[in-house]
Amino acid sequence: MTDDMLTDAFAKLLAEHCGPQVVRAAEAGEDVSDLWRAFEDSGFLDALVAEDAGGAGLGLTDVAGLVLAAGRAAVPLPFAQTMIARAALAEAGVRAPAGRITLAAGRLADGAVTCPAVPFGLVADWVVADLGGTARLVDCAAATVTATGVYGSLTAAVRGPATATVEADVDWAAAGAAVHAGLLAGAMEAVMAMTLDYAAQRNQFGRPITRFQAVQQQLSVMAEEVFAARMAAQFGLRGPSFRPGRLQAAMAKARTSEAAPRVAAVGHAVHGAIGMTQELDLQLHTRRLREWRSAHGSESHWNAVVGRALLAAGDTGTLDFVRAEMFPPL
Amino acid sequence: MIQDLSPVAIPAEDEALRGEVRAFLDQALRDVPADVRARSWGGADAGFSRALAQRGWIGITFPQEYGGAGRSAFARFVLAEELLNAGAPVSMHWIADRQSGPLINKFGSAGQRAFYLPRICRAEAFFCIGMSEPGSGSDLASVRTRAERTGSGWRLNGQKIWTTNAFNCHYMIALVRTSGTAEDRHKGLSQVIVDLSLPGVEVRPITDIAGDTHFSEVFFTDVELAADALIGDEGAGWQQVTSELAFERSGPERILSSIVLVDSWLDFLRADPAAAAAAAPALGRLATHLATLRAMSMAITEKLTRGESPVVEAALVKDLGTTFEQEIPVLIADALGADPDRPVPEVLWRTLAFVSQVSPSFSLRGGTREILRGMIARGLGLR
Ligand SMILES: Cc1cc2nc3c(=O)[nH]c(=O)nc-3n(C[C@H](O)[C@H](O)[C@H](O)COP(=O)(O)OP(=O)(O)OC[C@H]3O[C@@H](n4cnc5c(N)ncnc54)[C@H](O)[C@@H]3O)c2cc1C
Repeated sequence: MTDDMLTDAFAKLLAEHCGPQVVRAAEAGEDVSDLWRAFEDSGFLDALVAEDAGGAGLGLTDVAGLVLAAGRAAVPLPFAQTMIARAALAEAGVRAPAGRITLAAGRLADGAVTCPAVPFGLVADWVVADLGGTARLVDCAAATVTATGVYGSLTAAVRGPATATVEADVDWAAAGAAVHAGLLAGAMEAVMAMTLDYAAQRNQFGRPITRFQAVQQQLSVMAEEVFAARMAAQFGLRGPSFRPGRLQAAMAKARTSEAAPRVAAVGHAVHGAIGMTQELDLQLHTRRLREWRSAHGSESHWNAVVGRALLAAGDTGTLDFVRAEMFPPL
Repeated sequence: MIQDLSPVAIPAEDEALRGEVRAFLDQALRDVPADVRARSWGGADAGFSRALAQRGWIGITFPQEYGGAGRSAFARFVLAEELLNAGAPVSMHWIADRQSGPLINKFGSAGQRAFYLPRICRAEAFFCIGMSEPGSGSDLASVRTRAERTGSGWRLNGQKIWTTNAFNCHYMIALVRTSGTAEDRHKGLSQVIVDLSLPGVEVRPITDIAGDTHFSEVFFTDVELAADALIGDEGAGWQQVTSELAFERSGPERILSSIVLVDSWLDFLRADPAAAAAAAPALGRLATHLATLRAMSMAITEKLTRGESPVVEAALVKDLGTTFEQEIPVLIADALGADPDRPVPEVLWRTLAFVSQVSPSFSLRGGTREILRGMIARGLGLR
């Protein structure tokens, strides 16, 4: 499958250019443009751009593995957002600006666009601000970018002059949600892998803690959540184009957001005190689980979107609605 | 390690079955109220099972030479989904269709296949599962019911319990000890088919917490079984039971047990916009979970069609699925009770009460939560 080859190639790139030290550097405000250059040089950023516009013409299904891999590596740049934005802009016949593009919800007032919480805002060059129905591109170089003050967070408030409307046919909120669902699923896989490794090595009462049934059962619950999250995330990042379906994105973001604190909780419980340290990489992922859960709407937001659609679906039953609206053809 | 589960599609020829089944069920269940349909696969009706059999919908995966349709696990998935979604009373034939038939097909002799499978397909042979005993629940390998060789076959003594539908069934597939003692654990266990009309078999129904009678105690006193009652190899009972449980745990019935209640609540909400607005997130959560679980269950079904035995993956989905099924009545009871001044239709109330009362069994039958999580832990390499 080309999907797997693509993911393998991307994972290799990440292993080379995006180790934990790079994530830490980005969080410390240091320059990580080597990583971005590696993305640029690899061509992955144009994977979703149509072939006649110079891209690879792939669809979300093809790149789902990349987004999950980015989550596993805690990639500190808006890689997947840039992929989708480039494709959407290319389709609209707009030249995508060079650099890192992220997505966020915003408001337009007095000629300025305000986005109170822009994921990856501290490391982005551009924000596609979703104003609900229309979108504007905001140049971060000309904007006021304010850190949230949350330790290690790359999220920022961005306020800048409103440029022309972005005329792309894409549900930006769904795109942001689908991307973060994929990142969450990947980050949860990373937490599970680290937790299983640690538990096998840690001895107490003269044996590895994996021997204790209470620990085993927690790890099983973690595995269930990770598997469910992974499946849901793959629905969000599914289809032949760059355009995520709204209800699939909703399902993906809701289920992964619900799983995130559970997986973080088991990861930390099993690690004990060492998991609370800055030194251990676990925190790189669990801090992201909490932040990404809220980014572009938590589970309550997206569950309500689905609930309202179901209520409005005439007299269609729940399973029929799920089958028809959430299971598009592969 | 546990295998990845990725999205798969139901093949078009299997999906095509849905319309026909739906049309039949719309007619057959037109006047059955929700609180009765909420019995889901616990509801029993021999006439209904025969009507399904006439349409070729029992044993759909069995080979054609034995009266089946020779179709894939996805055909059964679609059929099961429709039956469960409608709350059809399928309990009479469910066990035979889901696991006894496939077990006989896999491990039985040619003679056993030729005898039992066509009868199952015609809804003339109903089966029950004789695993649990008073002293053997989760610790199934400790069963004490014994079959001893005689000149002509086997002599059976002992007791089974919790046997679903035994008083309606023609046959039980029982896990019994044929050599050694309980201390020998997995060694010396075998599976036998017991004709429940034989002398020495006594079935005593047990009434459940909701006032229904669906399970039973079954006593065996010097029951004389013919030699061909043994199914598969003597001493291979444990391996056979394990493979049977993969079928038992992987289907949509581990996701949809409370679906009739969800749809009853949905009807109620649609008639009351104020209640609906407050309930949208909770309702939507049920849909997002259902979608995820369905996708996982389909991924397991696809593994079954490829001849794999995804035992650990099935345990994982069953534990998640039954948790979901159990959350449904808890959540709906809270939503309805959030506004005590708003009247709740009686039938919705009865449906809710029924599902609430029986919901603990969702994570007991087919292996308890703790046992499933132990299997997952083994799959993760922890034990
Ligand atoms: C509605 C219904 C229908 C059923 N139908 C059938 C049927 O048709 N045929 C049949 O054979 N059986 C049937 N059963 C029985 C079912 O398989 C058993 O209930 C189940 O295997 C658990 O056994 P038990 O009830 O004896 O509980 P126990 O095994 O006594 O368990 C009690 C508690 O102890 C826990 N526990 C036990 N061992 C461990 C362990 N090693 N580690 C951690 N926790 C443990 C369990 O998880 C549970 O929480 C049915 C049950 C129900 C509720």
